[in-house]
Amino acid sequence: MGDVQTINDDEAVEPEVLTLPLDAWHRAKGGRMVEFAGYWMPVQYEGIIAEHLWTRESAGLFDVSHMGQLFISGEGVEAALEAVLPIDLSTLKPYGPRYSLLLDENGGVLDDLMVTRWNSGFYLVVNGATKWDDIGHLREHLPDEVTINHLDDSALLALQGPKAFAALDRVVTGEYPLSALTFMKGGQFKIDGVEAWISRSGYTGEDGFEISIPAADAERVADLICAQPEVKPIGLGARDSLRLEAGLPLYGHDLSPETSPVEAGLLFGINKRRRSEGGFPGAERILREIAEGTARKWVGLVLEGRQAAREGATVHLGAEQVGVVTSGGFSPSRQQPIAMAYVASAYAAPGTKLEIDVRGKRLPAEVVPTPFVPHRYYRGA
Amino acid sequence: MTRYFTQDHEWIDVSGTSGVVGITEYAQSQLGDITYVDLPSAGATVKKGDAPCVVDSVKAASDVYSPVSGTITAANDALGDAPELVNTDAEEGGWLFRIDLSDPAELDGLMDKAAYDAYVAGL
Repeated sequence: MGDVQTINDDEAVEPEVLTLPLDAWHRAKGGRMVEFAGYWMPVQYEGIIAEHLWTRESAGLFDVSHMGQLFISGEGVEAALEAVLPIDLSTLKPYGPRYSLLLDENGGVLDDLMVTRWNSGFYLVVNGATKWDDIGHLREHLPDEVTINHLDDSALLALQGPKAFAALDRVVTGEYPLSALTFMKGGQFKIDGVEAWISRSGYTGEDGFEISIPAADAERVADLICAQPEVKPIGLGARDSLRLEAGLPLYGHDLSPETSPVEAGLLFGINKRRRSEGGFPGAERILREIAEGTARKWVGLVLEGRQAAREGATVHLGAEQVGVVTSGGFSPSRQQPIAMAYVASAYAAPGTKLEIDVRGKRLPAEVVPTPFVPHRYYRGA
Repeated sequence: MTRYFTQDHEWIDVSGTSGVVGITEYAQSQLGDITYVDLPSAGATVKKGDAPCVVDSVKAASDVYSPVSGTITAANDALGDAPELVNTDAEEGGWLFRIDLSDPAELDGLMDKAAYDAYVAGL
């Protein structure tokens, strides 16, 4: 049979495959390692569907240490960052991450990222496959007084699921309780004595946390978290199916320099003041698109039957091609195939019946609202 | 009945000119959770190396190549409701299609179990 290889081989951008701090830990846990974003990473342990469902009902621990953690500081850092990101830092309170976008001069997406205000600068988390390009782009566009510190001696874990809080609360200490964090809030804690930056955020649609720790302590912290009865390690395969059900974009697939954030429905990544003032890369196009609309939109599709449509499959209405799938697969939670696609705006309304071409067959599909599985973020008691 | 294997991880059981095709235990373990099998229709003719069947896993869709040329005579309809049979019983109950061989000499290029096991051990 063909293509017994695994997902996203195309994302291996570095010639040499690198190892992450938890490499041996994953192998000892039975993780099947694949090349992803230039690193050896676990695609699965016991199986993608089991890991996916476990995360939705309990809690899953993900190693996302391939992502780039950057600290940006120096004189004039706020104005400098606002020149490269459509973010309004005047409304960004300390310690809460906010979603933003690295845009090129045409408004195309170079990366999507999280920005958090720390005491003396800004902490950014960027995608693994793009981090070297991002650093190059920032070096080129930020003034000399602003320094970029790549925190490559830090590991990054994500603990996600409805029981993530119960599991993590048992092992953290801090100046204030973990329960003080609501969705998109963060703070400094300790896990078994290890300094940990924790934010209540993630990429699954579930309640959960992202945890930055020194690489040297990563095994000890991962062991301690996984020793909690609610927690199992989860691979990249389930990470992808979980984020797809949550309707969240994956850079390099759903977002690229060829897509604008307005088409993708990521207006929350372009903060209100910036929409009126502009002054960020690609502002001309993006402000025009906000005012006038876009020719195509990124929408969710549910397919009839069980056969999945994958990235690159074309979307049709009768004889006309009206779109293309950017992410697709079988939804373990809904037990049916789902997809995200850019389709002509005339056909983007929920309820629109379309067809997707999968290997020469036309599969019936319907535009649906996203997320496919409701978000369950913790926004306070 | 004799079982043969391909380098692409299909197996075929042959009696006379009648064959049954599936994917190997190794292949299913590499694919992971199988969610759908696109089966061929009876009566279709295929050449050796054609892909009359597609196995969908959560990760990817993979072609299944026919180890021989011939005419499809049946497909495993049980996989419609239970594609996971290919995971749990790849080399028996998870068979994919039956084929009437048009050129049994094509079997000469395939591996027996010992040769296939050695081949997989070297991957």
